[in-house]
Amino acid sequence: MGAPDTSLLVRLRRLVKRRGAHPDGRKHPAADTETTALPLPARLTLPLTQHIGAPARPLVQAGERVLRGQLLAEAAGPVSAPIHAPTSGTVRGIGEVQVPHPSGLTGPAILLESDGLDEAVDFSGADPFTLDPAEIARRVAAAGIVGMGGATFPAAVKLALGQRTPIPTLILNGGECEPYLSCDDRLMQERAAAVIDGARIILRAIGGSRALIGVETNKPQAIAALRAAAAGFDQVAVVPVPNRYPMGSETQLIAWLTGLEVPSQGRSADVGVVVHNVGTAAAIHRAIRHGEPLTRRIVTVAGGALRTPRNLEVRIGTPASALVAFCGGLTETPARLVMGGPMMGMAVNTLELPIIKGSGGVLALTAAEIGAGQAEEGPCIRCASCVGACPIGLLPLEMAARIRSGDLAASVDLGLKDCIGCGTCSFVCPSKIPLVQYFNHAKGELAARERNKMKQDAIRELVDARNARMEREAREKAEAAARRKAERERAKAEAAAKAAAEATEAAAPTDTGAAPAAQAASEESPA
Amino acid sequence: MNIVSSPHAHGARPVGQVMLLVMLALLPATLAGFWRFGWPAVYLWLVTVLACVFAEALCVRLADRPARPALADGSAVLTGWLLALSLPPWAPWWIGAVGGAFAMVVCKHAFGGLGQNLFNPAMAARVMLLISFPVQMTQWLAPLPLGSAGAPDALAALAITFGGGMPDGMTSASLLDHVRAEASQGVPLSASLTGQFDPLALGAGDRAGSLGETTALLLAAGGIFLIFMRVIGLRIPLAFLLGIALPAALAHFVAPDRYLPPLAHLLAGGVMLGAFFIATDYVTSPSTPLGQWLFGLGAGLLTWIIRTWGAYPEGVAFAILLMNAATPLIDHYTRPRIFGRTRDGRSLTPAAPKGN
Repeated sequence: MGAPDTSLLVRLRRLVKRRGAHPDGRKHPAADTETTALPLPARLTLPLTQHIGAPARPLVQAGERVLRGQLLAEAAGPVSAPIHAPTSGTVRGIGEVQVPHPSGLTGPAILLESDGLDEAVDFSGADPFTLDPAEIARRVAAAGIVGMGGATFPAAVKLALGQRTPIPTLILNGGECEPYLSCDDRLMQERAAAVIDGARIILRAIGGSRALIGVETNKPQAIAALRAAAAGFDQVAVVPVPNRYPMGSETQLIAWLTGLEVPSQGRSADVGVVVHNVGTAAAIHRAIRHGEPLTRRIVTVAGGALRTPRNLEVRIGTPASALVAFCGGLTETPARLVMGGPMMGMAVNTLELPIIKGSGGVLALTAAEIGAGQAEEGPCIRCASCVGACPIGLLPLEMAARIRSGDLAASVDLGLKDCIGCGTCSFVCPSKIPLVQYFNHAKGELAARERNKMKQDAIRELVDARNARMEREAREKAEAAARRKAERERAKAEAAAKAAAEATEAAAPTDTGAAPAAQAASEESPA
Repeated sequence: MNIVSSPHAHGARPVGQVMLLVMLALLPATLAGFWRFGWPAVYLWLVTVLACVFAEALCVRLADRPARPALADGSAVLTGWLLALSLPPWAPWWIGAVGGAFAMVVCKHAFGGLGQNLFNPAMAARVMLLISFPVQMTQWLAPLPLGSAGAPDALAALAITFGGGMPDGMTSASLLDHVRAEASQGVPLSASLTGQFDPLALGAGDRAGSLGETTALLLAAGGIFLIFMRVIGLRIPLAFLLGIALPAALAHFVAPDRYLPPLAHLLAGGVMLGAFFIATDYVTSPSTPLGQWLFGLGAGLLTWIIRTWGAYPEGVAFAILLMNAATPLIDHYTRPRIFGRTRDGRSLTPAAPKGN
């Protein structure tokens, strides 16, 4: 497997280096049922931060009536994304609501009450191949499209990368290596043409020459559908990739498909590759061809505590509880509610949270599914399972030991900053040590220290500047005083000399130099 | 509110299950040892395991921690089990008791308990016993299977294990002892090995030796089972066996009258137990892939060197302990290359993007 140009050496190396893990897929039965549109909810909650970057700036006010697709909040900077109304209705206000964040913190959100009419503004699409690449990026930005795989990085920023230097390779990420999730699988099966068209539009925007769509082998129907849709487009290739977590990680997928390694702390564009999720490609297709902004997405609702797991197409802002209710509700009290996938998703304490642009899944997991039946965290037995599993080649056990003893510098030395937080190490740990938690804690601690240090540096600079200024002022004052003193003395000396001269003139002239002596004294004094 | 970190799934075998699988893999060789050396071996095994369990419970209680979870992981039983397998089968009970207690108290809990010890407790205890009680620790006997004529019954065996020890005149030399003794008198291997070295008998355990080390083939089978179950890796055992077999083959090829053939080295003594069950101890072996190769090769090579030129006929325990001591150093110098970095830790320079 791998792209056609993968060298033999790379292929051989893959045989020996098998990293990652094989979590139980648990994608069925959700993956087998067709995506259903969720009926319009009565209320929608649209957090202003649904993307990486600056929060969007709201443009509407309470009481205003809006139509589907109308701009509600604009992007507030180069890395930001606008938000559009997912349906028609009345804005009830902008308030603080609990947002999907593990802390349970609140954030500002636009509250929209649906009127049930679902009236839309006029959308106008265009033929992407008549558009300028910069215009494509502009339209994608205006449509509020972000990375749909969960990263939620504004898609247009990555498209604009191609305008400086063309990026030859586009990779569409159809790995979907997270267990349970099948939203991308269904999308690729049901909307293969949109995905392929999205890939071609992105290629045009970045000036690329080939698109590789990596799909894990556990999705044969998706591969077949994409291949059928890609027939006739030479620059688009569908490549099956092995079913192994974390194959859907950007750098892992690039390495597998192209044999290229993204430098540490670098970006994929450094190796001439840009990666988009298949869902993002479909959204770009919709935005360019039909002029439709991003207001809905497919979400997998699954888990052992759910009656009928399935995939739903929902409006952004729909409460997760509406999805669960539509799927027949819960059969038992779930041990854990998760938004996203089980490997990297976040545990939440309520279902009254809105679906946002990056939400791929709502999971209600039973105690057995999260492994709660097993013994609690035990001591590390140095089994090195984590070393064999880490896709980055780190030593999670050593890093965790350093962090435990408070030696963050040593953990950075071991590669903490290269950790992608995929959770494979925690997954394979027989002692159930929450390794990812250690690493996230350490990363947060380091970031806090960095901020603190920057703050202190700024303060120190200010203090230094103030000291320098005061010193300069004092020096200037002293110099001025010295000057004045010198002038006074000179005047005095001159007066004395004059008096002496007058006296000499009056008396007999002698050769003693009283005046020069006084002058010399006056010259020394200013020092 | 309960904040939990991802991942929200868990896919590993718990520690207790890992230990159980190792015990399962040891079971055939152990039963073979029981059958071959009779009731005294059973009693010695029992005493050693119980000593380890008691010592573990005591240490954990002294540290003010609940004893039940520490005992439930099975590591104490396993340590006692491995130590028992490496003892002379008819050794007196106090050998097992002292060894088990030493393994737990000094080698494990003095270092901080499970996962903290530098040396493999079973091997450290064996070496301590060998140095402290050389007579009891080198009394081998030829197999005397259960039910055969002259084999002690359950009652008579009590007198051997808990009473006077091994009756006089029953001791027999192990192969390595025999070869060393003969060589010291100038007898060439071609003569001393005649009638002594039959690979099949050696592999099947029909020889004098430790309680559970003699049935080399069953131990190897257990080890392969563990590799198949992904409890242990392939690297350490393979490297260990290569580390012995390669120098042995070379030396034997050069001077067959002075150096034992590689097959004799592999099947005699505690090589199979060491390679598959002791050297692969998670705690005391390196965690990096390259480190595991180095560790195995080093332990194998040292075993061969000690057997060939050292003061003791057997060197597996010493070799493993020496490599245990080197493990932190090996781990430090064999870190894997980090993705996106060069081997010395610098960020990869971006390759120029390929042109269209």
